[in-house]
Amino acid sequence: MKTTYREAVRAALRDALETDPRVFLMGEDVGRYGGAYAVSHGLLEEFGPERVRDAPLSESTFVGAGIGAALGGMRPVVEVMTVNFSLLALDQIVNNAATLHHMSGGQLSVPLVIRMATGAGRQLAAQHSHSLECWYAHIPGIRVLAPATLEDARGMLPSALRLPDPVVIFEHASLYGMEGDLADDAGAVELDRAAVRREGRDLTCITYGGSLGKVLAAAAELAREDISAEVLDLRSLRPLDVATLVASVRRTRRALVVDEGWKTGGLAGEVSAVLMEQAFYDLDAPVARLCTAELPIPYAKQLEDAALPRVETIVAAARALLPAR
Amino acid sequence: MTELVEQFRMPSLGADMQAGRLVQWLKAPGDRLRRGDIIAEVDTDKGAIEIEVFTDGVLSEILVPEGERVPVGTALALIRREPAEGEAPPTPAAEAPSAAAPRQRVSPLARRLAAERGVDLARVKGTGPGGSISAADVEAAAGTAEDPAVRMRRAIGAAMARSKREIPHYYVSTAIDMGPAVEWLSERNRDRGPAERLLLGAVQLKAVALALREFPELNSWWVEGAAVAKPAIHVGMAIAMRQGGLVAPAVHDTDRRDLDELMRMVRDLVDRARRGALRSSELSDGTITVTSLGERGVDAVTGVIYPPQVALVGFGRVAQRPWVVDGRITPRPIVTATLSADHRASDGHRGGLFLARVEQLLQEPGKL
Repeated sequence: MKTTYREAVRAALRDALETDPRVFLMGEDVGRYGGAYAVSHGLLEEFGPERVRDAPLSESTFVGAGIGAALGGMRPVVEVMTVNFSLLALDQIVNNAATLHHMSGGQLSVPLVIRMATGAGRQLAAQHSHSLECWYAHIPGIRVLAPATLEDARGMLPSALRLPDPVVIFEHASLYGMEGDLADDAGAVELDRAAVRREGRDLTCITYGGSLGKVLAAAAELAREDISAEVLDLRSLRPLDVATLVASVRRTRRALVVDEGWKTGGLAGEVSAVLMEQAFYDLDAPVARLCTAELPIPYAKQLEDAALPRVETIVAAARALLPAR
Repeated sequence: MTELVEQFRMPSLGADMQAGRLVQWLKAPGDRLRRGDIIAEVDTDKGAIEIEVFTDGVLSEILVPEGERVPVGTALALIRREPAEGEAPPTPAAEAPSAAAPRQRVSPLARRLAAERGVDLARVKGTGPGGSISAADVEAAAGTAEDPAVRMRRAIGAAMARSKREIPHYYVSTAIDMGPAVEWLSERNRDRGPAERLLLGAVQLKAVALALREFPELNSWWVEGAAVAKPAIHVGMAIAMRQGGLVAPAVHDTDRRDLDELMRMVRDLVDRARRGALRSSELSDGTITVTSLGERGVDAVTGVIYPPQVALVGFGRVAQRPWVVDGRITPRPIVTATLSADHRASDGHRGGLFLARVEQLLQEPGKL
């Protein structure tokens, strides 16, 4: 079946609303407007205002309401328009959703799913373009997912809804229009394992979310130079699938982490440190990181492009890990 | 062009000196130096010593401040030599070479491979990122000497040279009456075929392993300047290879095996060693080595310790000797056991007690 990433997420939402009466959607513009990225388009008409609820422009309020509903036995799916705006709800997510199970001695659980868009590349400037996944990946008590393929866009949400704890799902905004084939019976996927998206023997390129496509394109280019790059999609940013990471790097002996977040204090640094701890004696070159330039994402097209990891910079970073030819 | 700036290094003032503390500089930058001048005072384990220069020149830069303790060989100062007639003028200070030569970069994997294959990294040319030595460079260097016998000689050479260079060996020997063990074995083996027979080697191995339980300082590795007692006893057994060379694979948990099990493990190890089918853990886990050259007819083996181990036990042949038992000279089967031990980790007193314990254990072979 030909579909888009946006339609795959919508299919997952519709399926959840149909099969579980506890599920409802809530967020800014999810109802009448159909979602800022048109993900929930048509769902209000299909399921009515009880189950597809437009929220006021107050992230702290509607994320908090989602936490309350989850505590009360519902399975809310809360959409925050972008990760940039989610900082207004950090207190609810970090201090309440992530901690209540622990602080109640296991009496309470918060089966809440929060979806948010992330990432740059569409000239939406610094208010809308940052990649703050690592802020959430830092927090024990929540699970952080980054679907980068149609299968994961379709399948991570139902699996997340089955978990008793809060899950944050990051959808890179540049992926919504991505087209491709999805099996008619596509459904829930497992959430724990990183996925090898391309096999290779000379280096492992580790990435996630919106950077996966660029890294795969770079790997194809490297193949023309006879450099065989393995591409690993993290999928889960918390917890990290360390075993798969380490096993891949033990084979290829070199690692490049491509992360649209900033380098300082970021996820790429975490992945890199894990490899130092667990694969040091198998490394044949220093672990390399390719991240977004350390500045607020610029609006101007050419400056925005220059700030982000690109196919040619990924190719160059990979080449630098290999012997000079 | 002749190099005109020399590094003045912390001298070694005795073979055991590893570092010294710079107490006082007696010359200042700009001072003219004559060969034989006292340039500084250094405090060593053996007291304060004045150190002299061996070059005529000018002290151009002091690199180590007073009060600092540095290893032998560290550059302490730069001395600009006086140009002899016809030599170029002194290099301007700005172009003076940095005190520390840049370290050759070696990837962790390349370093590990080089150690495993006995490749001398100083001879390897780096082609990895930034000129670093990568695994492929080590493999290429190892490949140039593909003959495994040559490679094995090189690895043995590297380990043994390091041992004799770094380990202060001491040796103690004891002649042990093997009568009880020989009698017990012949009884035990009476109804067994050749393949099931227990050999004296297994009995000696077990006695060494059991004795080690009481001497953790001999069942240790020397790591970064300190002896680290190993929690388990894995006795490495030296096995001569048919094409020359030897390996010493570990018999894991030697002290916890009964003699029949030990004998099976020894036979299996010898067989696999000769087929080249040893496991890496067997090659790296040994906590002490036992070598027995009795079958070659030698009386005693004074062995070289296999680093990072700190001890080795050598057994010679079991031979009938005139022995005094209860005031009478009697022929007895005697073996000489020799302990080679690392004096950094243990002393002869404990080494002697260890051998005495081995002897005692061998007097009651039924309890092994």
